[in-house]
Amino acid sequence: MGKLPYDIAHLLGGAMLLLSFVLLYQRRVQAVINAFGLQGGVLALAAAWQAWVQGAPELYLTALIAFVAKALLIPLALRAIVRRMNLHRSVETALGIGASMMAGVAVVALAILVVLPITAGARAIAREDLALALSVVLLGMLMMITRRNAISQVVGLMSLENGLVLAAVGVAGMPLVVELSTAALVLVVFVVAGVFVFQIRERFDSVDTAALERSRGEGPS
Amino acid sequence: MLTALSLVLAALLLLAAAGVPLARRPGGARLVHGGCVGACLALVVLAAWALLAGAGGSASAVLALPFGPPWGRALLALDGLSAWFLLLLGVTGAMASLYALAHPAAQPGAVAPYPLFLGGMALAVVAADGFTLMFGFELMSLASWALVAADHSQAENRRAARLYLMMAALSAACLVPAFGLLAGHAGGFSFAVLRAAPPTGWLAGGVLLLGLLGAGGKAGLAPLHVWLPLAHPAAPSHVSALMSGAMTKVALYVLARLLLDLCGPAQPLWWGVPLLVVGACSAVLGALRANLEDDTKVLLACSTIENVGLITIGLGLALAFRGADLGPLAALAAGAALLHALNHGVFKTLLFLVAGSVLHSAGSRRLDRLGGLIHAMPVTAGCALVGIAAAASLPPLSGFASEWLLLQALLAGWRTGDIGFQVLAAAGTALAAMAAALAAAAMVRLFGLVFLGRPRTPRGAGAHEVGRLERWALLIPAGLTLLLGLLPGPLLGLAQPALSVLLGSAATAPARGFALLGGTGEASAWYLPLALLLVLAAAGLLVALAVRARSPLETRRGPVWNCGFINPPDYLPFGDPLSQPTAGGIAQPLRRMLGTSLLAAREGVDMPRPGETRAAGYTASFADPAFGWVVAPAARLRDAVAARCDRLRDFSIRRCLSLGFGALLALLALLAWLEAH
Repeated sequence: MGKLPYDIAHLLGGAMLLLSFVLLYQRRVQAVINAFGLQGGVLALAAAWQAWVQGAPELYLTALIAFVAKALLIPLALRAIVRRMNLHRSVETALGIGASMMAGVAVVALAILVVLPITAGARAIAREDLALALSVVLLGMLMMITRRNAISQVVGLMSLENGLVLAAVGVAGMPLVVELSTAALVLVVFVVAGVFVFQIRERFDSVDTAALERSRGEGPS
Repeated sequence: MLTALSLVLAALLLLAAAGVPLARRPGGARLVHGGCVGACLALVVLAAWALLAGAGGSASAVLALPFGPPWGRALLALDGLSAWFLLLLGVTGAMASLYALAHPAAQPGAVAPYPLFLGGMALAVVAADGFTLMFGFELMSLASWALVAADHSQAENRRAARLYLMMAALSAACLVPAFGLLAGHAGGFSFAVLRAAPPTGWLAGGVLLLGLLGAGGKAGLAPLHVWLPLAHPAAPSHVSALMSGAMTKVALYVLARLLLDLCGPAQPLWWGVPLLVVGACSAVLGALRANLEDDTKVLLACSTIENVGLITIGLGLALAFRGADLGPLAALAAGAALLHALNHGVFKTLLFLVAGSVLHSAGSRRLDRLGGLIHAMPVTAGCALVGIAAAASLPPLSGFASEWLLLQALLAGWRTGDIGFQVLAAAGTALAAMAAALAAAAMVRLFGLVFLGRPRTPRGAGAHEVGRLERWALLIPAGLTLLLGLLPGPLLGLAQPALSVLLGSAATAPARGFALLGGTGEASAWYLPLALLLVLAAAGLLVALAVRARSPLETRRGPVWNCGFINPPDYLPFGDPLSQPTAGGIAQPLRRMLGTSLLAAREGVDMPRPGETRAAGYTASFADPAFGWVVAPAARLRDAVAARCDRLRDFSIRRCLSLGFGALLALLALLAWLEAH
């Protein structure tokens, strides 16, 4: 394997990581959705590139699913939700941007520290991809806990799943069935989360999940 | 032979499965218990065969079952130690099952777990790898928990079952890491692999501590003995007999297997010290409590604590002597422990079965509601006398033989040459002797209150002798107790393979022919029960003849002297209850002498002031220190942890997610740190 395939895979993975940081950085809901759609597109490109490099035609299908679902359908649906709920102007109030970014950098450093020594025996391209994928996963989780808006939390979950798929396509030999079921799972999660967001909105007139805490009937109200 | 053994185990499991639908059918319980008798007899035959064939030390055959844990197969083996405890299990199990057959259980819920209980114990004893052993051990714990909880309509039984389950969980939580430490060090779970790599240093210390806590808690060693006096009365009588006679011994088997066999012969002298100390404390505490309790089954359970303590002293001495390179003395101590395990298993089973018959016939377990049963139940009383004399370690019965051997081993403690251990052995001798004396006092009190005197209640006066089959179920263990007492020498010869497993093939049983040898060399003490029996019989005959010669008149029965009390009024047909000794009254001297310091015993007289019309009252109470020191702090800890966990429920979604995220990050950081080093 030459130098070029490695560089391009690395580039695409790095782009995903960059977009994760963008997700973490954006405060407007629409911009978050845009960044997420872009990340889905990059994921599709990365999958397609791996399909070509590894000569595994089934990864093209993965790429297609990623593109249709994550770059087109889910962002469009999210945008429709935002429009229906009139959230265009809403701004997040969570952990400060600076603190989030610093936490993100620390998480990425941790991911690299963990993955690189463990996979010492594996192919270089798989190693880099795994480190990047783990970073994306951890940043997705970080996003889920630093945001208050339910839609942003859903986006964090989806971005986490993007990281999982990135890891899966980087390792040769992932069965197609697993990919398809993961994709189906993501769609189901999205539907459930969407219903959930609507319900919260209907009940509390807000998509801030803090509203849920008051209605559990246990804590101080 | 191992195939036959696994077939017996499978038969017990099938019986348990069949017990679920059969329990509520008319003859179902009989069928299950009859099957258990057969299975236990098969176990006795197999174990005796293995012992007679001298199933060589650790090199005996191992049977790999076609299933097992994910990483291998379950292994069974029948070496000397396993065979000895299997013999004990088979004998006590057969007697208890026969009793259950003769005396159908009142609770259908106690039928199905019973074969499972037997099967779990047998599996734990014959297992040849750590996993199978723990599986059998836990099966035993859970099945016996189900039996203790069978009569869960009463609050005290539920409480006993809860405490019992907690102690079983604690045992598992200690034994699993103990085997884990050994297996992690040796690289495998099978006994052969574990034996090949004995632990050293702190690892060995950890195994000793965890093994003593885990197996000791299940065996009923102080301070983890609190479950015994609660669980035994809650269970049906044949189950309490089995729990006391066999289950505590299975726990001691695990202790002996873990510490004496698997940890290798090279452990130092001080290894015996914790066992010696814990055993001596248990013996004294159990015997003292047995003197103060006023419930027959609780009393017997406390006596079990005492006997388990004595056996543990024997094991501890064996470890210490082995560490000091005194092979014959180690064989003496280990032989005493093994012999006492078997003897105690038989006579305690007998006593619990007697207690069950008394409970059924006279309607109470409380000493203060029984009395005079020797007239109504002569056969039961005779069997009880045999068991009580053995428990009081009177020669020539079985309890004396093994306790004599144990005391000989303790008296030889000075030969280790380590001043600290010599002092400990001397103290242990005093405590063991005191425990034996206290146990004798407790047994005299038990027999006197239950069988002698007058009935204390109308219900007790209506007692009747047990049925024919049940009578045999009591006579057989009584006969066995006599037999074991008369033939300790051949019995120890039979235990030779077990001794070779514990102490290496050079160990020889401290017995010659029919006699027991209490030491090394030609000039050692010896005990020959057959000769003693002849002397006793001759002395008894002489006394009888002398009495006959001095008073040639016929024996006549006169009115009973009422000890100077006035005759009872007509509305008290059984006499004035106050003119008979009570359980609390007999216990009073010992409660005042030892109870105040050891058991926090209190007495209080509530005297009304002049002019008050209420009655005066007298209260006496005692509390087991283990409750204050072990159970109460544990309960407080549980409440604190529960309150902490309760607070977690109030967390918001984001904080819950943060917890998971934080945990993940911490694990990743740990991984990175481990890699860096």
